[in-house]
Amino acid sequence: MGQADVAVTRGEVEEFLYEEAALLDAWKLDEWLALLTEDAYYRVPSNDRPESDPRGTLFTIADDIARIRSRVTRLKDRNAHAEFPPSRTRRLITNVRIVERQPLRVEANFAVYRHRSNEDVRQYVGRYRYLLRKEGGKLRIAGREAILDAMELASLGTVSFIL
Amino acid sequence: MQLVVNEPQAFRFEVNRAALVDPAIHELEQRRIFERCWIYVGHESELGAPGDFKTRTIAGRPVILCRNSQNRVRVFLNTCRHRGSLVCRSREGNAERYTCFYHGWTYDRDGALYAVPGQSAYPPGFDKTAFALKEPPRVEAYRGFVFLNFDANAASLDEYLGKAKEYIDLVIDQSPSGEMQVIQGTQEYDIKANWKLLVENSFDDYHLLSTHSTWLDYLKNSGVEMQRPDKGHLLPAHGVGKDLGNGHGVVDNVNFRGRPVARWIPIYGEAAKPELEKIRAELVARLGQARATRVADTNRNLIVFPNLVLNDGSSVTIRTFQPVAADRMRVTAWALGPREESATARAVRLDSFLTFYGPGGFATPDDVAALESVQQGLATYREVPWSVMTRGMAKEGEQLNTDELHLRAFWIQWDKLMSR
Repeated sequence: MGQADVAVTRGEVEEFLYEEAALLDAWKLDEWLALLTEDAYYRVPSNDRPESDPRGTLFTIADDIARIRSRVTRLKDRNAHAEFPPSRTRRLITNVRIVERQPLRVEANFAVYRHRSNEDVRQYVGRYRYLLRKEGGKLRIAGREAILDAMELASLGTVSFIL
Repeated sequence: MQLVVNEPQAFRFEVNRAALVDPAIHELEQRRIFERCWIYVGHESELGAPGDFKTRTIAGRPVILCRNSQNRVRVFLNTCRHRGSLVCRSREGNAERYTCFYHGWTYDRDGALYAVPGQSAYPPGFDKTAFALKEPPRVEAYRGFVFLNFDANAASLDEYLGKAKEYIDLVIDQSPSGEMQVIQGTQEYDIKANWKLLVENSFDDYHLLSTHSTWLDYLKNSGVEMQRPDKGHLLPAHGVGKDLGNGHGVVDNVNFRGRPVARWIPIYGEAAKPELEKIRAELVARLGQARATRVADTNRNLIVFPNLVLNDGSSVTIRTFQPVAADRMRVTAWALGPREESATARAVRLDSFLTFYGPGGFATPDDVAALESVQQGLATYREVPWSVMTRGMAKEGEQLNTDELHLRAFWIQWDKLMSR
């Protein structure tokens, strides 16, 4: 793990992130899970401590792979009331940069628009920090962190979908 | 207009939904509730050193919570005595002085006016000591929890908290040193609903099965053992609802979920097991078996009237909420843990917090959805004016956590204050 030379272009990474975004926007959550490694994490830090470690700081979300799978199970259940009916989301991902190659760290900007019936659109804007890995010649997500620019969640309310 | 109908003999208890919708009632409660009651500001542990400060909005007012040079905690209204601007615009930090950037008036850590640019232009008799930062009329603390009161004649905080103190003490007994600490990382989010709906929701265990079935499934699927509810019960463990006086109330439950102090569940991982056993052993050694069991094997959601919640469940959360409009509130939540907690125990505590609580947890987002759904439904309040709240009313003695005695107690106090 992480030993093999990760010869990857930015174009390849962009294509991978766009595919991931498409799966999440389409609520194809099982297919999205297949993009994650067995030790993947998913984090959303608290807005007032964007650069922190979840072992010592309260986050909004700090899932290990088991919790990610449970999150998906929950989101597929119609009793996950916050996301039933599911929000419509649209992710715009830009400014993709490979910031480190060994291990492969990628950053990107995001704007995620979230729509629900009878509600104003909510705009989640920020940056992603990815830890990627090649497994069997394919890019996989070993970690993803969504860092929101908003000073507080405030009118964004909850992060009940996968950001 | 009658807003709360309470007729125990007739088993009638109804709340007029206008109380949750009408902007005029929202305005009135700012005066009659939030200017008369003790309102939570923050916790002493949030300020580490002299000069540390936090700014926040409490009961609609911008305030500074800070330590002076003698390390005493103080609260100031965050407004310049000259023309009114905020004198501190940062959310947190450490300051030697607070300078209003508009005209440059500067205040020290005790709020005294320290410097006025061009002071010689003021007429004779201009007295700097008359222009210190204003404090709320009353500021008092109980075991690190700092409250303010805009009513100079209010009873003491100690008297006000009354029986709620027992439940604050139970939280603090988790800590070997008796010192609990607010952990960094703040969850601040809006709910498009009236603030009193979150009061109800925070200690209403009746909604657990239907609103939080996915959370209960998550626990089950993760190997947490849950008994079938006893006859007459809805939940896997026995729990009671209590009226603690002055509008405070609690649900006090035998624990069935994991607790960082100290009930291990498979979600915490095998590696954390010895740590939790150590915590349990320390509790028993320090408090004795009975008190240790009380601290570790019950979970409690405490409401301190009107807008402070201490949830001692899957973790400890301090949650307070400010009404913004009749149909909107701003919630702020923190995690609380023993100051001397080990890194492992702290990690378990925070992880356990996120299984349930907060805007990304497996339960809170569904609570938010429920409250917003209620608020939308309440647009019919002229046609459907009354909400019913009579669970347990015909029963003598003990009231369950799924009954509504404690909710009624909140509303009775609310109505009493609103009526005079």
